[in-house]
Amino acid sequence: MAPENGNGKKYRVIGTRPIRHDGVDKVTGDARYGADVHLPGMLHGKVLRSPHAHARIVSIDTSKAEAHPSVRAVITGADLPGGIGKPSHAAVHNILADDKVLYHGHPVAAVAAINLHDAEAALDLIDVEYDVLDPVMDVRDAMKDDATLLHDSLMTSGIGEESDKPSNISQHFRHEHGSLDEGFTAADYVIEREFTTAMVHQGYVEPQNATAHVTPEGRVTVWCSTQAAFGVREEVADMCDIPLSNIKVVPMEIGGGFGGKLFVVLEPLAVLMSAKSGKPVKMTMTRAEVLQATGPTSGSWIKVRMGAKANGKLTAAEVVLAYEAGAYAGSPVSMAAMCVLAPYLLEHVRIDGYDVVVNRPKAGAYRAPGATNAAYGSESVIDELAGMCGMDGVEFRLLNAVKEGDRRADGPVYARIGFVETLEAAQDSEHWQTPLGEPSNGSTSRGRGIASGFWFNIAGNASATLTVNADGKLTLIEGSVDIGGSRVVMAMIVAEVLGLEAEDIHPIVGDTDAVGYTDFTGGSSTAHKMGWVCHEAALKIKAEVVERAAKMLEVDPSEVTYHDDATLTASSKPDDKLTFADVAAAANGTGGPITADYSKNSGGAGPGFATHVVDVEVDTDTGKVEILRFTAIQDVGRAMHPSYVEGQIQGGAVQGVGWALNEEYFYDDKGLLVNDSYLDYRIPTTLDVPMIEAVLVEVPNPHHPYGVRGVGETPIIPPVAAIGNAIADATGKRMYHTPMNPGYVITRLLG
Amino acid sequence: MAKKRIVSFNVNGEAVEVLAEPRESLLEILRDHLRMTGSKEGCNNGNCGACTVILDGRVVNACIVLGVECEGGEVTTIEGIASADGLHEIQRKYLEHAALQCGVCTPGFIVATKALLDANPDPTEHEVRERLAGNLCRCTGYDKIVRAVLDAAETMRGEAG
Repeated sequence: MAPENGNGKKYRVIGTRPIRHDGVDKVTGDARYGADVHLPGMLHGKVLRSPHAHARIVSIDTSKAEAHPSVRAVITGADLPGGIGKPSHAAVHNILADDKVLYHGHPVAAVAAINLHDAEAALDLIDVEYDVLDPVMDVRDAMKDDATLLHDSLMTSGIGEESDKPSNISQHFRHEHGSLDEGFTAADYVIEREFTTAMVHQGYVEPQNATAHVTPEGRVTVWCSTQAAFGVREEVADMCDIPLSNIKVVPMEIGGGFGGKLFVVLEPLAVLMSAKSGKPVKMTMTRAEVLQATGPTSGSWIKVRMGAKANGKLTAAEVVLAYEAGAYAGSPVSMAAMCVLAPYLLEHVRIDGYDVVVNRPKAGAYRAPGATNAAYGSESVIDELAGMCGMDGVEFRLLNAVKEGDRRADGPVYARIGFVETLEAAQDSEHWQTPLGEPSNGSTSRGRGIASGFWFNIAGNASATLTVNADGKLTLIEGSVDIGGSRVVMAMIVAEVLGLEAEDIHPIVGDTDAVGYTDFTGGSSTAHKMGWVCHEAALKIKAEVVERAAKMLEVDPSEVTYHDDATLTASSKPDDKLTFADVAAAANGTGGPITADYSKNSGGAGPGFATHVVDVEVDTDTGKVEILRFTAIQDVGRAMHPSYVEGQIQGGAVQGVGWALNEEYFYDDKGLLVNDSYLDYRIPTTLDVPMIEAVLVEVPNPHHPYGVRGVGETPIIPPVAAIGNAIADATGKRMYHTPMNPGYVITRLLG
Repeated sequence: MAKKRIVSFNVNGEAVEVLAEPRESLLEILRDHLRMTGSKEGCNNGNCGACTVILDGRVVNACIVLGVECEGGEVTTIEGIASADGLHEIQRKYLEHAALQCGVCTPGFIVATKALLDANPDPTEHEVRERLAGNLCRCTGYDKIVRAVLDAAETMRGEAG
């Protein structure tokens, strides 16, 4: 049965589970992803990458590669308008190095040849002379006064320490209110713990790819795998110095992103080589290149000190977050700082954040960037404090949970939020109320863990166009890249407004020439912002259909009623009934085609909270951890299409399981990545996880027409801490590091 | 470089003949020569299963089979799962259960599911997980995939019975 909205109105389509429109293409192999693009005469491009973690480029000689009979274009940083020796920004140097290489895999040059194998062979013909420097791989090492510097001109910005001395610390900031002294003095229990988390990758199954075609007149088309088609257009314009409107970006179906496909890595290179050769150029990354040189998320060092009264009331919290930004400034530490204490009401708080460059790939965004690391620290300490106070994890959190009107630790005041509801749902769950059960054998022990998480969710710019077809169906062109089923939601919204079925709407994702500007698919924003725009566009269609029906019935439009079943009647002519399809069929004769477009920069994103409960079994001989049961509870605002809401929660939870137990970048002592394959960078398989029970709590966002909050990111925040807490419950030993792989766990058990 | 060779085999019941370099994989033959791009490349070293096809009754990763090894063989790809009558039950169940998000791993999963259910029409949840452990999905957490496969198995048993 369809749910009710905040006004008590029953939805007809929202909350149901129609088949996604792009589904048939995806189960038959017909769906076209970026790597499936094939153009006549196209060349294949490959990138020459740094074999060193940190080195100065002394010279690059491309002459032998250029002389290769199959090669049609070779480029280096000197070919980028913002590249070598020119004033520019980090993003440019990250896709093609300036005078230094800053991580293993950093692009140095690129080649386009008539086939892929010859392009690869030509890379070997490029001579690069390097002056190899010491690598700086760890955030704490990089912060030391005598650390080797990545950038000669990088100074620390932020509080109280503006200096003219270069540093690897690009930024130090602080959120503070109340008095830590007062808060900790009032506490009966105070604990301080340190945590380290390894750098991890989004692990999307489709590697980055881009195909570019530049015509002799300078018109550019780029087909690629991106979460941000309009962002690619801006970056290509900027980096290649091409007028924005000369560029069309065609977002192909995208094989996963999770934040990792927000920024370009290949597109400008393909464009430059197409311009140079006069041919279309296609580039695809290997899995090794994806792991070496895209945008994974930060490893981190975190310190959390918290105090509580014996009755369980938190009194103060002090957090230090130091995040690896990779080769260029810009880790997600600022977001981590806003999230780390967000679920709890605290009077006395200090949060320090450090953004630190190291010789690793430039950190990108990964699903709730920064928040998972931070929650590992704070939620582990919360769990330990709860135990000291003799309370269970739900009781302790309920006592301290933020509610509407409370102030988040870093300042903003919450509107209506559903954190308490997620805790109550956890408490009421069959999982929480069912005993753990006996261990499998004498060398295993079982434990249960719980943790919560907060994520902002965002909104933003979105555009869509609706066209009514003569058969009474509609075509919807929307600007949001569909990364996991959002098209069907947009169709459902249009159907809801117009009294039609989701199947009556044909939703397609437009290219950048076909639809108005739309911000990236990310930040859990798509259902919020694009949903709102589709709602408004459908209302415009509805109003126009009323006008046309009035003409057809020869009455004043004010007499016409548009009924929920997509029929229209006039009060003065109760026997003359029109359908939506009747009006559509007559449109060309009643004033012309019926279309509507709508664009909006929507605000009012609704914060998301999640609480996860996990049972584990730890093999105390080997340190191996098995996930026995997993329940993921989340306030989703409104579950527009519950199957895809559950799916995002289940997927996020399992990414969290991988982060907790397996995944890490492993660099040798020279700073070279040694696990650059799916075999060695091991993401969870079917055998590593049980069914994931997704529990949807719906506390509608008061600032959205359907109550949407956003879903995708929040579910990756609690799992790492929840699993750490479960292992502690099973073994009596607290976890302070990710991954909690057998080696680490057994070391803790023996220590 | 070794000379190109003619490779003759069947794809989804149709005879094909391609002129291939000995170093080219079956995946390159399918995608680049035959333009059958339903089989996906996720890793090109046999770890992700996005290019899963059935070769002479065995489930293989097309990226680590050489094209020349397929001489005289019978290959089933994702393009051969549906028929003129419509989608295969497995494909229907993946859609009903929303067992895909980005969809790039889906062709490999569906082919692997077909091979699994051909060999074992009544698998347990564990057997499904074991037989699909060579296929990576980063979006779904596998829950809805496993449910879709179990449901497809049940429906197909009903039809067969």
